[in-house]
Amino acid sequence: MSYLKIDHVDKSFQRGAATTEVLKDINLVIDKGEYVSIIGHSGCGKSTLLNIIAGLTPVSKGAVLLEDKEVSEPGPERAVVFQNHSLLPWLSVYDNVALAVNKVFGRTKSRAERHDWIMHNLDLVQMGHASDKRPAEISGGMKQRVGIARGLSMQPKILLLDEPFGALDALTRAHLQDSVMQIHAALGNTMIMITHDVDEAVLLSDRIVMMTNGPSARIGEVLQVDLARPRKRLELVSDRSYIAAREAVLKFLYERHRFVEAA
Amino acid sequence: MSITSIEAIERSNGMGQAVLKEADAKIVALPAAKAQVVSLPQAAGKPLMARILPWLRPILQNVVPPLITVALILLFWQIAASGPQSSLPPPTKIWDEAKDLITEPFYWAGTQDIGLGWRILVSLQRVAIGFGLAAIAGVLVGALIGQSIWAMRGLDPVFQVLRTVPPLAWLPLSLAAFRDSQPSAIFVIFITAIWPVIINTAVGIRNIPQDYRNVAQVLRLNQVEFFFKIMVPSAAPYIFTGLRIGVGLSWLAIVAAEMLTGGVGIGFFIWDAWNSSRLSDIIVALIYIGVVGFILDRLVAFIGTVVTRGTVVN
Repeated sequence: MSYLKIDHVDKSFQRGAATTEVLKDINLVIDKGEYVSIIGHSGCGKSTLLNIIAGLTPVSKGAVLLEDKEVSEPGPERAVVFQNHSLLPWLSVYDNVALAVNKVFGRTKSRAERHDWIMHNLDLVQMGHASDKRPAEISGGMKQRVGIARGLSMQPKILLLDEPFGALDALTRAHLQDSVMQIHAALGNTMIMITHDVDEAVLLSDRIVMMTNGPSARIGEVLQVDLARPRKRLELVSDRSYIAAREAVLKFLYERHRFVEAA
Repeated sequence: MSITSIEAIERSNGMGQAVLKEADAKIVALPAAKAQVVSLPQAAGKPLMARILPWLRPILQNVVPPLITVALILLFWQIAASGPQSSLPPPTKIWDEAKDLITEPFYWAGTQDIGLGWRILVSLQRVAIGFGLAAIAGVLVGALIGQSIWAMRGLDPVFQVLRTVPPLAWLPLSLAAFRDSQPSAIFVIFITAIWPVIINTAVGIRNIPQDYRNVAQVLRLNQVEFFFKIMVPSAAPYIFTGLRIGVGLSWLAIVAAEMLTGGVGIGFFIWDAWNSSRLSDIIVALIYIGVVGFILDRLVAFIGTVVTRGTVVN
């Protein structure tokens, strides 16, 4: 049985009389516990695909099935870590996570259990020390950590990450990638990540979904990354299968599906 | 010279702050004495001055310029209104005629012979009721317009027309409907203050970032949770801008409304004073109204900064 199934999904946007087809015939099956990256040039519709899985954007044709149930609206079982963290600036770090925890577990967990769960998730991303800070008082990397903690705290079936490290500097990004790998190893979450960074995709993923350029973007290739976990970025630099995987993605992106407008 | 300097030292040692203020005030009145008064305490009482100056300076920097302005205005007014053909009283005459209004705002000598403080309080009570209702209704209606595109299309054109109607134009209708001056005055306040609250709230809610809406959707917040946890805090800076404009308009409208409805209140006091040609009383009342309006504005702004703490900087 497939865990998440994206079944013949088309998506087109209509503006007045003009129709733009963004995604065309997307088929993808994702297993439980898998880490899947979706990579492609900007504008190819990968964020649209993530929003469809999240339920934030309705499909035009086809369906998304999670455990054989059709996804039609957003919900906490498909938590999203947004590109720009999307923390609520008037709430403290703790309260941002608490908003999610109280909503999802308000009936099933006691007050003390919820508090412990909030702190547990903040500690998981090493943000327990800053629980009473407001988003404006912490750095971009820390905000994204809190965003991940909020996503994890909903105990989602799938965690959707929309270019989670896109706005961060290289060093902070590496730290956060390591954190996400540790969390994935410890919790075994199913994760789908949008990225435009080849190294990031190869380092983190079990499979890399490569998308062709839009309009009417399709899944061009799916690459299996057979690297043993835990993965260490320094050891991988000279690893042959790592280099091969990296080369395959680069060739797809820059040889066969060059970004036309940027060329 | 030597005697004044010793006096200055003694006074500055005793109560440095008061002396310095006094010295600055003197500068305005007697420009010739400037060099003498300012230089002496500094030279003599150094240790104390050194301790007081750091926190005294910012206060003085903010207090002295407006004091100078007020002093200049009073001086100009005194000169301009002192002529024999002047139709308005100079400050000195106002002080002679209306001293009791200034010094005793809360005296009580019968139902119509009461201090200006009481009258202000009566007016403030009307504003509190009218503005309070306008704030609640305005935020709710504004939220509706901001959330629903159909509510906006339906209501916005009507509101854009109604909001241009001057406050007092509502008064006759209001008197006809309520048949009593008290609720009529409150209604005029309400109808004056509600438009900026509605419009600013609607703009604030239309400007809620899509990210916050996405977060709410993923968490499946219901309408009530969304209203209190996302909508109100996110739109709070806009809402408070509307409330601030609204309270200012309320205060403008209450004076005019009270002039027409009568009874107790600062507006009627002015009308009454005009009918008995007590110009000095009117001028004192104007100053009261200005000061209270200023305080109201700052009060709402202060509540706004407390409530929206942290949201201005994202």
